[in-house]
Amino acid sequence: METTIKSLRKQSLEKLYNHLASSQKIYAPIVTSDKQVEFRYNPEFRDVTFEHIRSTLSVKNVVFPKIENLFYFTNTKEESIIKDIDLNIIPEVVLWGVHPCDSAAFDILRSIFCWDIKDEFFSKRLEKITVITLSCHKSDEFCFCTSVNLSPDSVKGSDIQLSLLQNGDYQAEILTEKGNELVSQVPDLFEQPSGEKKVIAGVKNKFDNKKVTSNLSGVFEHPFWIRNSLRCIGCGACAFVCPVCACFDIQDETKGKDGRRYRCWDSCGFSLFTLHTSGHNPRQIQSQRWRQRIMHKFSYMPDRNNALGCVGCGRCSSSCPVDMNLAEQLEALQNI
Amino acid sequence: MNSLVNRAKMLLEEKSVNVVIGYEAGTGGTARPAFISESADAEKLIYNEHCVHNLAVYLSKQEVRKMGKIGIVAALPVMRSILMLIAEHQVDPENIVIMGISHDGSLLDIENIQVMKDYISKSDPGNPERYKDKLAELNKLSMEERFEYWQKELSKCIKCYACRQACPMCYCTRCAVEVNQPQWISVKSDISGNMEWHILRAMHLAGRCISCGECGRACPVGIDCHLLTMHLSDQVYKYFRVYAGLSEKMSSVLSTYEPNDKENFII
Repeated sequence: METTIKSLRKQSLEKLYNHLASSQKIYAPIVTSDKQVEFRYNPEFRDVTFEHIRSTLSVKNVVFPKIENLFYFTNTKEESIIKDIDLNIIPEVVLWGVHPCDSAAFDILRSIFCWDIKDEFFSKRLEKITVITLSCHKSDEFCFCTSVNLSPDSVKGSDIQLSLLQNGDYQAEILTEKGNELVSQVPDLFEQPSGEKKVIAGVKNKFDNKKVTSNLSGVFEHPFWIRNSLRCIGCGACAFVCPVCACFDIQDETKGKDGRRYRCWDSCGFSLFTLHTSGHNPRQIQSQRWRQRIMHKFSYMPDRNNALGCVGCGRCSSSCPVDMNLAEQLEALQNI
Repeated sequence: MNSLVNRAKMLLEEKSVNVVIGYEAGTGGTARPAFISESADAEKLIYNEHCVHNLAVYLSKQEVRKMGKIGIVAALPVMRSILMLIAEHQVDPENIVIMGISHDGSLLDIENIQVMKDYISKSDPGNPERYKDKLAELNKLSMEERFEYWQKELSKCIKCYACRQACPMCYCTRCAVEVNQPQWISVKSDISGNMEWHILRAMHLAGRCISCGECGRACPVGIDCHLLTMHLSDQVYKYFRVYAGLSEKMSSVLSTYEPNDKENFII
């Protein structure tokens, strides 16, 4: 579809939001404390933030929930009776105010979840979302989207992109049929473009990702990994806040005869992640797990998924308790 | 801070230590843990109000242990953690040099464990002042209200275990949540799984927590989980008249029986 550009007055933005919120599920960011921005379902428009740099968690949970039931079962003496999940009950959701880095992550997640076999749960959830992105008019020292082939106003994964204009109104880029359908519900709110300029944040280019990817192929045994991960305390914060990290664990939980199988978020930063039944652990120490994190995103994924495993949102670094600044390490790897 | 840098340089040059664990400048004017093994790099060391991480957590990390003798920049919470780690036989006092930092940020002359204990004994061993209001506020709530408060707070938990990893006293090489045959603690991060985890964590730290607040600071989703362990520190003091991290000879309050232990809290 050809992109259409329209203008939305500030008041119209509120009308658009309220129209959507009154008729369906809408997932929008609100400020919950001085350091936390959370996405919530159908908050009041007055609580929705347009000023946040990044939400605490990404919105990946909409397509990859932290717990996803895969099926229910009942065990009898003879057999296990499986009851499938009805995927048709997954509701349509409009994601509102997602920044371009987070919307770009959906395609990368698809490259993981639909690599060989199409993951039904993920695919259905992805099908049900409409993404209204908000270009970034603010950034901070943790942002590095421009170093991973994106920008503060890139439109990957977006159905409609809103951008702040210099006069306080918003520009709407209608990018897909899904976006067009949404606009057609309230066409009067969208006016002809006013010619005002967009306010877009500056994000410094920190490294050449192609150079990093090429260097990574020869540094598996380099002392860099131990030296640069000494302060890593081995928690899973970076993986869980990451919009791209997709590792999960599968568990069965039973109560009497009945039970369920679910998958839940997991992290390669944990030692249990690779512990074998024999007791052997191929990634015994944290430096090996830190290496895996970087290798997976910047070497294995470009190789296998034809995509970088990173959108430069900076969450891993801003939420790290010990300031393991990923961009800084990638910068060092560029020159290793 | 010249005295800290000079001390680190001297320790490294004399080969009294192989590495100094301290702080360096972090992203955006903050500070972060640093590992200095060359005396020329000692200049990187800083100490200011951003240096809040409890560095004692690194004393049980495999890669750090392998480095040999360790110099460690230690403000009061770090010193108390070190005493606990010695008491629990996790740290050999012969293997560390303590570069103590006083309340006002100046370098202390900590020659040995006794000097450190004397210094610690001059400070208030209870929970830090800045947490007392919130603790008192929670204590005023009824049991139901408190349960509701924690259910709401803990529903945010994503089970990243930053609280555990940031804690010097959570040094187990295999945590109870990592035992999966059988699976004692639910892996998933829903309200019951989260409650199980946080109750387990708090109980394992009762009588061992030195109230540094690192667990809460490390939490990426802003759960004040330090209030749980701090409340238990108050409770342990109430029943046993003991605070953690004041002596290197302390036995664990909740896993040791003394004939004069009060039993009136056992219903």
